[in-house]
Amino acid sequence: MPWDRNQMAERAAQELEDGMYVNLGIGIPTLVANYVGDKDITLQSENGMLGMGPFPFEGEEDADLINAGKQTITELNRTAYFDSATSFGMIRGGKIAAAILGAMEVSETGDLANWMIPGKLVKGMGGAMDLVAGVGRVIVIMDHTNKHGDSKLLKECTLPLTGKAVVDRIITNLGVLDVTHKGLHIAELAPGVTREDMIAATEAAIV
Amino acid sequence: MKKIYGSAAEALDGLLHDGMFIAAGGFGLCGIPELLLAAIKDAGTKDLTFASNNAGVDDFGIGILLQTRQVKKMISSYVGENAEFMRQYLSGELELEFNPQGTLAERMRAGGCGIPGFYTKTGVGTVIAEGKEHKEFNDQTYILERGIVADLSIVKAWKADETGNLIFRKTARNFNPPAAMCGKVCVVEVEEIVPTGSLEPDHIHLPGIYVHRIIQGEHEKRIEQRTTRKREDA
Repeated sequence: MPWDRNQMAERAAQELEDGMYVNLGIGIPTLVANYVGDKDITLQSENGMLGMGPFPFEGEEDADLINAGKQTITELNRTAYFDSATSFGMIRGGKIAAAILGAMEVSETGDLANWMIPGKLVKGMGGAMDLVAGVGRVIVIMDHTNKHGDSKLLKECTLPLTGKAVVDRIITNLGVLDVTHKGLHIAELAPGVTREDMIAATEAAIV
Repeated sequence: MKKIYGSAAEALDGLLHDGMFIAAGGFGLCGIPELLLAAIKDAGTKDLTFASNNAGVDDFGIGILLQTRQVKKMISSYVGENAEFMRQYLSGELELEFNPQGTLAERMRAGGCGIPGFYTKTGVGTVIAEGKEHKEFNDQTYILERGIVADLSIVKAWKADETGNLIFRKTARNFNPPAAMCGKVCVVEVEEIVPTGSLEPDHIHLPGIYVHRIIQGEHEKRIEQRTTRKREDA
């Protein structure tokens, strides 16, 4: 059985080590916070916060306290606030150990496309280009194929890039792949998925 | 020098002109200068260029100036929440310059600090890098981005003293300090003006040197995405 989105998030949480400062993207990456267990992980929200807490109780929402997805959240006893220039200073400066992000396409050389589909409504890249260029390690979580069954792991991305050669590891419903200088290397297969299944579902070179 | 004004309209008096460049603080609808935006709408100033991370929603934030066609160009990182914005953009009425969020914040900070340009890895190999100078440092490629200096900054803070020292609250700080720094003139709206001497000097987030005019007022502080958990989950 390939992994479902919660299992992908649970697998991604294994990438995080005690003491790490981490930025989680919107969508499945947000679920990773549910699986960090006892590890001492500090979540960064790029609108200006380290130490992001859970959603508030009903009635305790604060308009001045939101995450990068503009959702109301809470603070923790470790929380620190700062301005956007400082926030992206720590991102650009490599102080954030890892970012876990969604993607539309990833290439075999680690190019990432996740911000724009030409001809469709363009909303903007937000902080995604800064994150992939700056953080220590970029981990992508995404479905292995699109809704037409086509591989999202490509020889070359067809969509406009968010960053070139920026992805380190990809976690899909079929398993875990690392970007190497020769191509993608299978690090782990989801239960019941064979290496042949993975190769058949992947356009990018697997080594 | 007196920095406190009685209303947003008074604080903007003599500062607005058609075709001007305004830097605005805020992230989404959080920490936006809502009173000053409303006053700019009332003033009817046209052909504005805004450097602002977002463009508000249809009926709040910069969105109210899109409805009245007062905005010529936006410099933003994300504009997804605004249908009128998309309509004007797709019909060619509105210019849009996308900046990566951290690049936009640093352009403001740099402009305010007298730094006309800086090199960053952000956007290398993407459409953002097209037409920009590339330079190698330690075998890594960077692109040149320019500092922003705006005609006017409009900013929201939590508290100010009478000399313009500012304190922000939680994530409503966001783009407000860099936006404040990059303006030739900076007008700030706050929830409370307190007597000079009542703020702890070590706790000032932005010193009053960056602040020229201050108003106090009631803020709606609209929430864009109200997310909660049930008490029994705790």
